[in-house]
Amino acid sequence: MTAGLPKLAVHKFASCDGCQLSLLDCEDALLDVVGAIQIANFPEASREVLDGPYDLTLIEGAVSAPGDIERLQEIRAESKFLVSIGACATAGGIQALRNTRDVDEFTRYVYASPEYIDTLDKATAVADHVKVDLELRGCPISKHQLIETVIAFLNGRAPIIPTYSVCMECKRNGNTCVMVAHGVGCLGPVTQAGCGAICPSFHRGCYGCFGPMESPNTAALGERWLELGIDREVIRDQYHFFNSWADAFREAGEAYAASE
Amino acid sequence: MPQASDGLRAIDVDYLARVEGEGSMKIRIRDGKAEITEFGIFEPPRFFEAFMRGRLHTEAPDITARICGICPIAYQMSSAHAMEQVMGITVGGQLRELRRLLYCGEWIESHVLHAAMLHAPDFLGYQSAIHMAADHRETVELVLRLKKIGNDLVTLLAGREIHPINVKVGGWYRAPSRRELDTIVDDLVWAKEASLALVQFAASLPMPELEQDYEFVSVCHPDEYPYNEGRIVSNKGLDIDVSEYLDTFEEIHVERSNALQSVIKGRGAYLVGPLARYSLNFEKLTPDARKAATDAGLGEVCRNPFQSIIVRAVETVYAVDEALRIIDQYETPAEPAVPYEVRAGVGHGATEAPRGTLYHRYEVGADGRIVDAHIMPPTAQNQQSIEADLLSVVNGALDLPDDELQWKLEQSIRNYDPCISCATHFLDLEVDRE
Repeated sequence: MTAGLPKLAVHKFASCDGCQLSLLDCEDALLDVVGAIQIANFPEASREVLDGPYDLTLIEGAVSAPGDIERLQEIRAESKFLVSIGACATAGGIQALRNTRDVDEFTRYVYASPEYIDTLDKATAVADHVKVDLELRGCPISKHQLIETVIAFLNGRAPIIPTYSVCMECKRNGNTCVMVAHGVGCLGPVTQAGCGAICPSFHRGCYGCFGPMESPNTAALGERWLELGIDREVIRDQYHFFNSWADAFREAGEAYAASE
Repeated sequence: MPQASDGLRAIDVDYLARVEGEGSMKIRIRDGKAEITEFGIFEPPRFFEAFMRGRLHTEAPDITARICGICPIAYQMSSAHAMEQVMGITVGGQLRELRRLLYCGEWIESHVLHAAMLHAPDFLGYQSAIHMAADHRETVELVLRLKKIGNDLVTLLAGREIHPINVKVGGWYRAPSRRELDTIVDDLVWAKEASLALVQFAASLPMPELEQDYEFVSVCHPDEYPYNEGRIVSNKGLDIDVSEYLDTFEEIHVERSNALQSVIKGRGAYLVGPLARYSLNFEKLTPDARKAATDAGLGEVCRNPFQSIIVRAVETVYAVDEALRIIDQYETPAEPAVPYEVRAGVGHGATEAPRGTLYHRYEVGADGRIVDAHIMPPTAQNQQSIEADLLSVVNGALDLPDDELQWKLEQSIRNYDPCISCATHFLDLEVDRE
């Protein structure tokens, strides 16, 4: 029905489906998008699967199961421009909390028949295994950044994805700083923008969905949290949350775990 | 499709489309009799219950939301209620009403997404809603706007549509002002008409005939169509407190599928979700929702799983009505949350996700950290009913060519709006086939 248009593929690894759902949540833009790009392989939305190669491939989810790496390599081989979307695909996501734990014990705890469960010890990012052309952060991603990525791709330009901190968005919203005014621990200073600073807008501290910003001073922020009377283990847990396996947050959390 | 010479006919669907998550099924037909050899998923284990141990109880709503991007609010609600039970507090008044309002948004968004964009194409023979839009552009535009209003309601109350950020144990981080809620009233008034149109659209679809003798199970409240609160009730005599959930239901291991499935102890399969809620709570729908159902040809009880598409549309009418009612009587509460002292204990929560009852149980230590977690998602609870439906459908449609039969079976699974990324508990890793 849309032959000749660039082909879009959407793939899923371990995830909640929320990031690929973001595409269907672009209600205002969806029919325009499908007028400009061909949904060639997007099983959550369509039964129809067209052959590759694909011009634009989105990958959601963490690499966490045997066979994932091979599947990823096949996807890479048939993709011209590959974008990993969301905290799971860019940093292993929430399930990366297994990465420092005993996964055999986890399996016995959750499943009645652990012998049927075959899993990797670690949940890791797509870019740890294949070349990725662009990463979209977030848990979930910003649908505005997703649409910007598609539009930029269709127009042959680089998408505009800021790498500064949530604080910039918070100031633009005119929010009162929750940390300065209310003593609430907030990861905004070290977290990449993209969400629109929604947590501070609702009077809570940022919990780091978008992962580390380009030059995060996690040590200084941790010290400030300590001055606010926040426990070391809470600081550790905040860094080890939805982006625990992103380098800067992993190391920051380890610093507070190690010096207890 | 393989057509074996020994009278064996195999239908394998390795990748089930238009479900949120990834599922597969295998059915063998030998000498005119069907057997399900597999209905599985390949969502890898994500170990939520395991890694939640040691985390602060206050993190449960944010962590469990990530089990499902389609129904994060259900996870936030069930976990928040369970934790509030541990702490010995009750969230009432306008804070409780706001939770119902948030759930209205999720129901509108999720039901419209599933009914109109993922399920309706099956009835009309389209590969997807995008293909459907070529011939039914006005309908697709209408449902996209309706779905967007559900998302807008969630965003207004809680920051964003997927993994919203405003729900906390005890209530909310910030309660909206009256003026903020008023901004969505005009949209909801439009949504009322659109949802009624959606019921008519669903009722106009060619409807396969199938009547199943389900044991319907849902949360039931004496005065309200169920969202957050009530007893667990069935049409076959069950009537228990939420804290008795694990005494009543159990996860069993079925050798054939190497998978865990939920059953009522000593009784077997049961059904949660729209058909169950509707059939157990019909009289608690609003008058307009009841009328829409009756005009669409539904009785007060609905046993045809394919008609779940109509019931979802009827529940969308209800959710819009309920949202308008809550906003109309809203007064900004003095405090956004109920304060509490941290204490140790066990808590249970069961609320109605769009696709059915979602049960959480937690044990929390005196330090406020989670000791034990147990989650039963709706799709795992429905798996036996899904399989029973598949058997009925396949045995009634053996004359269909393979591709049509395959599509019909996919449609039957999609009757359940299976949220498969939630349901890793009945994970089937295709260990041993044949």
